[in-house]
Amino acid sequence: MIKIIAEISKYLLLFLMIFFTLEIFIGLSQKNEDMRKNCMRKQMLFLLLFNFVAYFIMFLQTNDIVMLLLYVSVVFYVLLIHRMYCLFYKKASFILVNIMCMLLSIGFIIQIRLDVSTAIKQFIIVAGASVFSFIIPVFVKKVKLVKNLHFVYSILGLLLLTLVFLFAQVNGGGKLSINIGGISFQFSEFVKITFVFFIASMLQKVITFRQVFWVTVIAGIHMVILTMSKDLGAALIYFVAYIVMVYVATKQNIYALLGLSSISVTSIIACRLFAHVRSRIRIWKNPFFDYQNTGYQIAQALFGICSGSWFGTGLFAGSPNMIPLAKEDFTFAAICEEMGILFAICLILLCMCTYVLIVNIAIKIRENFYKLIAIGLSTEYAFQVFLTIGGTTNLIPMTGITLPLISYGGSSVMCTIMMFAIIQGLYLLKKDEDEELEEKGEKQTTSKQLKKKNDHSDRGKKALEREAENLERKIEKQTEKSFNW
Amino acid sequence: MKEKSKNKRRKALIGKPYIIVSYLFFGMFLGMIGYMIYFKVCKSDTFANNLYNKRQNKYEKNIVRGSILASNGTVLARTDSDKEGKEFRVYPYNNLFAQVVGYCDHGSSGLEASENYTLRSSHVDILEKLQNNFWDKKNKGDNLVTSLDIRLQQAASNAIGYNRGAVIVMNTKTGKVLADVSKPDFNPNTIARNWELLNKEESGSPFLNRALQGQYPPGSTFKIVTSLAYLRKYGTFDNFFFNCSGKYTQGGYTIHCNENIAHRKENFADAFANSCNCAFSNIATQLLDKNSLESTANALHFNESFPIGLLSVKSFFALENSTADGLTMQTSIGQGNTLISPVHMAMIVGAVANGGRMMEPSFVKQVEVYNGTIVKQIAPKSLGQVMTPEEAYQLTELMKGVVQRGTATDDLSSFPYDIAGKTGTAEYGSKEKGTAHSWFVGFSNTGNSDIVVAVIVENGGDKSHPATLVARSIFETYFS
Repeated sequence: MIKIIAEISKYLLLFLMIFFTLEIFIGLSQKNEDMRKNCMRKQMLFLLLFNFVAYFIMFLQTNDIVMLLLYVSVVFYVLLIHRMYCLFYKKASFILVNIMCMLLSIGFIIQIRLDVSTAIKQFIIVAGASVFSFIIPVFVKKVKLVKNLHFVYSILGLLLLTLVFLFAQVNGGGKLSINIGGISFQFSEFVKITFVFFIASMLQKVITFRQVFWVTVIAGIHMVILTMSKDLGAALIYFVAYIVMVYVATKQNIYALLGLSSISVTSIIACRLFAHVRSRIRIWKNPFFDYQNTGYQIAQALFGICSGSWFGTGLFAGSPNMIPLAKEDFTFAAICEEMGILFAICLILLCMCTYVLIVNIAIKIRENFYKLIAIGLSTEYAFQVFLTIGGTTNLIPMTGITLPLISYGGSSVMCTIMMFAIIQGLYLLKKDEDEELEEKGEKQTTSKQLKKKNDHSDRGKKALEREAENLERKIEKQTEKSFNW
Repeated sequence: MKEKSKNKRRKALIGKPYIIVSYLFFGMFLGMIGYMIYFKVCKSDTFANNLYNKRQNKYEKNIVRGSILASNGTVLARTDSDKEGKEFRVYPYNNLFAQVVGYCDHGSSGLEASENYTLRSSHVDILEKLQNNFWDKKNKGDNLVTSLDIRLQQAASNAIGYNRGAVIVMNTKTGKVLADVSKPDFNPNTIARNWELLNKEESGSPFLNRALQGQYPPGSTFKIVTSLAYLRKYGTFDNFFFNCSGKYTQGGYTIHCNENIAHRKENFADAFANSCNCAFSNIATQLLDKNSLESTANALHFNESFPIGLLSVKSFFALENSTADGLTMQTSIGQGNTLISPVHMAMIVGAVANGGRMMEPSFVKQVEVYNGTIVKQIAPKSLGQVMTPEEAYQLTELMKGVVQRGTATDDLSSFPYDIAGKTGTAEYGSKEKGTAHSWFVGFSNTGNSDIVVAVIVENGGDKSHPATLVARSIFETYFS
């Protein structure tokens, strides 16, 4: 009997996930405010149902009362976050909140399935980080000082990375985390944020070659320290974020080309210099090359994905614990195994929606600094998703990076929540700008009516203005269309 | 004024790099999704069937392992359960399919190992699955329908008798394997009881599938390859004449014809039919350069592993410009360092029979649900055109000569069907008596559902006679 419920629930979970993803897409494309609200209500419904089905089946499979407790706390967390945003940030992007809650829910479910004790730890960290990050949006919105602190950002970032390099314990071939009072911190995650703030504050105004040069030097130092700590995945993410931000800020193709070519040169150098990079590439080409040692992880991950097939084995019906590091780097394989490849595709779509949402803010917001922050953070997010998912499925060599919000890892999840909070702040700023503009527009029309006799030059100017605005709108529309395909 | 308007324009274009970047990353996400689908559709089977994949054992809990069937549907391996519900595997034909079907107790081998995933997956329809789940019954795993033919397998096994050796029989057009016999064999039903005995050295490695994993010197059967190299260089066999005196000396090394018979004046077809070592030594040292022999061998997939589903070994061939005449002569007649498996020999001869197209040997015809619904059919796969149809035709003519007026005449010429073949005696170790394997490779040439046969009888003696007799009984069974 349990078997049949498990079998049905497997499909139910998949359909709920598909509906949720669909609603997110509809919500993104919806202009009408009421329709949007309707969408979000449905999203919330699917999210809660999804959690209910998942914990119900996990309870049936394990007969462990802890499952019910965890269910209650997760639902409480989700509802609380919603309530808080409703109360304090009414204008925040609830689609983003819903996506975040969904990703966190999926993360909890797979963590609980793999190991209950670490899942509880993760939950506490998430709850703490969420409470703490609640002040971030208002901070971003109100404190204008953050724009000009490039010294602070660079020094803080470099200091943290150096600390890790000097004092971290060697763990799995790389120096990644530092132990403070029993909790290990992976500073490279935090520095991801300061790094973006640093570049944005440097390049927000008129850009001279000197500024780009200094940005390059400081960014280079970041990456060199990371490379020396053998945290190559993080170094790669920093590198890509740096290239994108410089390209976007300068609008010069030459920087993009230079960046891309330097990425290929450095990867060739890294391949020559580091034995572990070479071995990663070798097992990428053939996972069974060194099955007993280096190839074991990826081979197990691929076996897991294969045994899951389209619909997955169902929760507690597969054996994702056979995959080494299933909680951290290979969570995606564990999800594929128990929830299926179709579910995993929906998950990728959700990550894509997140990216689209952030980029949309980057395009619409006026101030250059915030534009750069948004594009930088979105790049880091998207590229991190690409590195983990590509790595676990053997599309690219494995880099040992966690899947944001889903994998186990306190620092990672904490930083991603902070990142999402910053994005919410930017979204609020954008909303304010929109309202200001609307007001201005109204004023303009009234003034127009008053001053009916305009001279030609003024009209010409207006025409130009309109043209510019039209162009902007066209671009926005096109991107939106493409996002809503 | 102008500057202001310029500023506005610039502002309007601010989005352009943003849009390029976002499209790039957007494409990256779509690429990931595309790759996931590609991975599932194209690559997941190879990983699921991988021998390292221990997850397969987990499915046993919910699925009754499927049966392995012969091409006519007769059961070769099935799972039964006793009164207490404990499952065990039954092999109704005992020793007959020992290596090819294999076993799944004490590890696994043969098709039981390579098709483990197939046998442990179930494609029963969803209603039945739900019903089974409801009553806590196991689902029935899929059945594997092989291309094996019980009559031929039995005939081949009987013909080899108590000798050690191997037989492989394939359909010429499709490459489907009809018989795969390896002796000595074992009884998979009693493998647990006899495990230690079977692993003793005296038992002659019964677990080895000699047809696929045996590495033998090809002996005179290699003359097919040497002939092809000659044909590729000169375009025709017509201009070759040789006067055989029973021995041939070159570079201080002497080669003898079998039993020192002097074949006298002969053309190429005669030399091939008589399996004249002297003529071929002459060809290899005087008329061919070493590269051409090597490139011909490599074109026939020597030194390459082929993905035939079951464990097989690479065949070995090496000839360099520095190779001494003695070794070159030996190589040209299939001695020297060359090693080949019977299945590879059958593939080469199959290519000759099939107008130059080499087929990949395959053991599985289709996968079925227990009630007969077909899950998937395995289509014949070609390894490519390894020789031109004209070359294949010329070689067929040579091989017909062997049966009509050559070394296989005594055993096969009375046969009412058109047969082409080549015999071989492969010496190994020291040159004492009784240390030569007996080879026969050949095919029926009726133009309608023909078969390729490769036979090796270990220590068959100085003559190819024993292997040819095995082939004869296979042809007789097939055409009766």
